[in-house]
Amino acid sequence: MRNITWSQAMNEAIAEEMRRDETVFIMGEDVAEAGTPFKVTSGLVEEFGTQRVLDTPISEPGFMGLAVGAALTGMRPIVDLMFGDFIYLIMDQLANQAAKQHYMSGGKLTVPLVVRTNMGATRRSAAQHSQSLQVLVAHIPGLKVAMPSTPYEVKGLMKTAIRDNNPVVIFEDKLSYQMKGNVPEEEYLIPLGTANVLSQGTDITLIGTSSMVQVCEEAAVKLAAQGISAEVIDVRTIAPLDDATFVNSVKKTGRAIVVDEGHQSFGVTSEIVARLNEQAFYYLDAPLTRMGAMDVPIPFSPALEDITVPTADGVAQKAMQLVTGEL
Amino acid sequence: MANLSKKDAPRLLQAYQQMVTIREFENNANELYLSAKMPGLTHMYSGQEAVAVGICEALKSTDYITSTHRGHGHCVAKGADLKLMFCELLGKKEGYCRGKGGSMHIADQSNGNLGANAIVAGSVGIATGAALRSKMLKTSDVAVCFFGDGALGQGVLYECMNMAALWDLPVIYACENNLYGEYTHVDEMAAGSLTARAEAFGIETHRIDGQDFLAVNKLSEELVERARNGEGPFFIVMDTYRYHGHHVGDINRAYYRSKEEETHWKTDRDPILILGEVLLSKKWATQSELDEIQALIVKQAADAVAYALDAPYPDVSEVDMHVFAE
Repeated sequence: MRNITWSQAMNEAIAEEMRRDETVFIMGEDVAEAGTPFKVTSGLVEEFGTQRVLDTPISEPGFMGLAVGAALTGMRPIVDLMFGDFIYLIMDQLANQAAKQHYMSGGKLTVPLVVRTNMGATRRSAAQHSQSLQVLVAHIPGLKVAMPSTPYEVKGLMKTAIRDNNPVVIFEDKLSYQMKGNVPEEEYLIPLGTANVLSQGTDITLIGTSSMVQVCEEAAVKLAAQGISAEVIDVRTIAPLDDATFVNSVKKTGRAIVVDEGHQSFGVTSEIVARLNEQAFYYLDAPLTRMGAMDVPIPFSPALEDITVPTADGVAQKAMQLVTGEL
Repeated sequence: MANLSKKDAPRLLQAYQQMVTIREFENNANELYLSAKMPGLTHMYSGQEAVAVGICEALKSTDYITSTHRGHGHCVAKGADLKLMFCELLGKKEGYCRGKGGSMHIADQSNGNLGANAIVAGSVGIATGAALRSKMLKTSDVAVCFFGDGALGQGVLYECMNMAALWDLPVIYACENNLYGEYTHVDEMAAGSLTARAEAFGIETHRIDGQDFLAVNKLSEELVERARNGEGPFFIVMDTYRYHGHHVGDINRAYYRSKEEETHWKTDRDPILILGEVLLSKKWATQSELDEIQALIVKQAADAVAYALDAPYPDVSEVDMHVFAE
């Protein structure tokens, strides 16, 4: 199988869907000749032209609004939101307009659009370019939220998101753009709302989103060296959330740590832990545990920034405590 | 008015009837509120009828409009059915949105109405995006974005007008200056010139009397045609007046506008009376013919209200339907 980067996988997903459906187009800041600051969309404007690879002014609420209008009238826009931190700027268009049109119209109007944006700290970008704001979006009924973990995942989830008839926000970890992974030549889709069990285990379940999946996998390797068997699950989409896969796993292992890079309080991890508590309480051998970013704005200094987010060592250490009962 | 001829009579009578329909719709909506038969509040369009009808009479059903919280007039003018509108106002299953939207979210996509919007300037992006779609797919559909003077305070309006001008989109920004954003006069909230805001983007602007159907319609016919031919966008300020308060519950208004001012607009500047005068003076209608139109619409509106009052509510099982599309 081919080994390509995350950026190439995302680029292929967009290009393939634009070839397949003429109503698909991408708009955002510097998506055309510049190919975005992360060079993810390079080459698209050469193939599809400036009408379908549309450079916008630095007007996030405005172009998000245009995307809603285009989607309501039959197009399938992809909005490229350069940094996840700019979610705050588009919130009215996303939450009040896109998310509610289908419901408010009694099912008559649909808003098939994708917002592709990013999350993740430890890039030395400080507090306004390092946030992981997925939970803000997942809280809103009517929006779907995907959090891919590998090049294979991002391509399959993005293609499904573009074909979905609802607004979908896809968050990519900024540190993953150069990650390489196996991606088949032939077409595939990954459904929204199915978690992926990456490795089987018996002692504890490690549930991760986005790059925290790699943190969980690395922690599982460390735990295996200590004789502890960890099951690792990639959440894939936090809206819809695949409760059944988590619940079945935790019924087997009796323990779980949920890891997400958003702030820990009121976070994605809290929601998953709550659902496990409701559905697997009588199978638990240890307290369900959350691990998210510290509840502080992301600091600039590497000495400070690196301790704000979950690490493999931290997850392994916490898992060890839960399994041995030495809390 | 000088260019009107007898052949215009049917369409002017049609416009007159549409304006009367909006007025009667609003009279009934107000009555439903006052008699506690309607859930929530609603925002009356009465007084502004020449704007909605003047513009929508220049549009095809395939052209798009976006509307506002004060949206009943736009909805009627774009061809909506009174029964289904009243059903929606009362939260009934047969309403345009199966009772899930209410007064501030009525959408009628079969007639190109992309919906009222409860966020001031919230639909500017939608209208501009609909125009972007027209350009991308090379259709000749035009989008009209209705908004009030209050929306001039929202930044998203300027972001969207900028993009519409950059990309020559077929969108008409229709600013209904009814003088008050909620309970405050426009002069206290909008600095400088209203039209200069759009002129700064190189957008052709017009400012006209929003009580004069003939003026609104003539300009609209011209601009819609030019927008179809790729000459958009355009920006129009129409000076108008809302007869009721900000919403139906805004009864005591003396602290922000005088009775004398309201009386002046209702008696000297009423859009229905103004068009009626034209029809009478040209002898294209008699007073009794206008009275017949009035009586016909009064009956239609009353029938629609009676129908809606009797119509069933949605089943509770519908509460989590339509959160997501299939």
